[in-house]
Amino acid sequence: MAFLDQLGILAVTPGQIVMWAVGLTLVTLAIRKQYEPLLLLPIGFGVLVANLPLTELMTPEEGLIWRFYHYGVEWEVIPPLIFLGLGAHTDFGPLLSQPRLIFLGAAAQGGVYVTFFAAHAFGFTLQEAAAIGIIGGADGPTTIFLAAQLAPQLLGACAVAAYSYMALVPIIQPPIMRLLTTEQERAIKMKKARKATAREKLVFPVVAAMVIVLLVPASAPLIVMFMLGNLFRESRVVDRLTDTAQNALMNIVTIFLGISVGATMSAASFLRAEVLFIFTLGLVAFAISTASGVLLAKLMNIFTSEKINPLVGAAGVSAVPMAARVAHKVGAEADKKNYLLMFAMGPNLSGVIGTVIAAGIFLSMLQ
Amino acid sequence: MERASDLTQRKAKVDMAEDVVAPLAGKVLSIAVASGDTVEEDDEVLVLEAMKMETVVYAPSDGTVIAIKVAVGDQVEEDDVLATLTD
Repeated sequence: MAFLDQLGILAVTPGQIVMWAVGLTLVTLAIRKQYEPLLLLPIGFGVLVANLPLTELMTPEEGLIWRFYHYGVEWEVIPPLIFLGLGAHTDFGPLLSQPRLIFLGAAAQGGVYVTFFAAHAFGFTLQEAAAIGIIGGADGPTTIFLAAQLAPQLLGACAVAAYSYMALVPIIQPPIMRLLTTEQERAIKMKKARKATAREKLVFPVVAAMVIVLLVPASAPLIVMFMLGNLFRESRVVDRLTDTAQNALMNIVTIFLGISVGATMSAASFLRAEVLFIFTLGLVAFAISTASGVLLAKLMNIFTSEKINPLVGAAGVSAVPMAARVAHKVGAEADKKNYLLMFAMGPNLSGVIGTVIAAGIFLSMLQ
Repeated sequence: MERASDLTQRKAKVDMAEDVVAPLAGKVLSIAVASGDTVEEDDEVLVLEAMKMETVVYAPSDGTVIAIKVAVGDQVEEDDVLATLTD
């Protein structure tokens, strides 16, 4: 009889079976549709195995994946390491050559704040509302970083929502962008920007880290690692470190991040009406962010002679470089010789920084 | 005398030439034309890959391709000359 008690299959609950379906759906989307496969594949598998009964994988102090989660995510180690890799990957040239486009990256955080208030009005606590709002920035590691500290019970759902919407950028954004712009505006060709010099790119990570952390100290873990990775890259004297941050280290932490985030989604925590709210509000946040970027670009055009193509405003959400590609593609539909990619990268990169700052503001006010 | 006029003629030809330049930095993925081909404005000249996205570069005007300056797999910078056309 002891053997029967230990038999997992007899302990399966209906909720767990539903979660198997959720996990397998994510795995399938990752493989078939290649929706953010590097994250959704391990997340989906994590969901599946965390809902196998009697495994104790997520039992505090004992479980294998709990340890990954505890020391990696709760201790705030992995998201900053991901940012180190992102920094090593990022060429801030497009941002430095068109500084005025930074405002678009800031405007595209509009959805984060609007949704924060909306979620709170729907009955979520302020902390939960912040974790939901940040989905609008469409930045996975930042969402995980913030949710782990403010609302760990919602972490799995918020992370999956953020990564899903990142993958769905090419589907969600274009209708909003077309709705808010005329064919003529979409065809605007932007004036070629000057090129940022190597010295500017080298100074940027140091100055940006200092300025941002002095203003919003709570954003430090992400910003500091982001700028350190970028300094590796732009210094050009530590290619080995740049390479490790970009590739080996990034891949290693991605594995632990994916499986742990997936494993937080137990049937008990995920199969609740709130989760549907999170996905809906997250989508609203993302749509408002897209719209506010486009609208600010249109507003700026009233006051400036060098016209901005409003589509690059939509790239102010931080899904890099998906949102910039979408701006480029929608622009090319209006005029096939319109090449917006590099112009869109500016708001796109400042959007990443904007989302981190938004997370830092939430942390300093709500923790 | 003959040589001088030859030179003037060639210079005139170069003046009429138009460069196809890279609109953004990227890798040359494929080339749709060969030297000597006639192209019309907006015809596809080649495809660049930047940020894992394919970007088509079109002919800036009607003309004949007199030179292709890049090969498939080359990394090009923004404003690099990719090909030269002449009327």
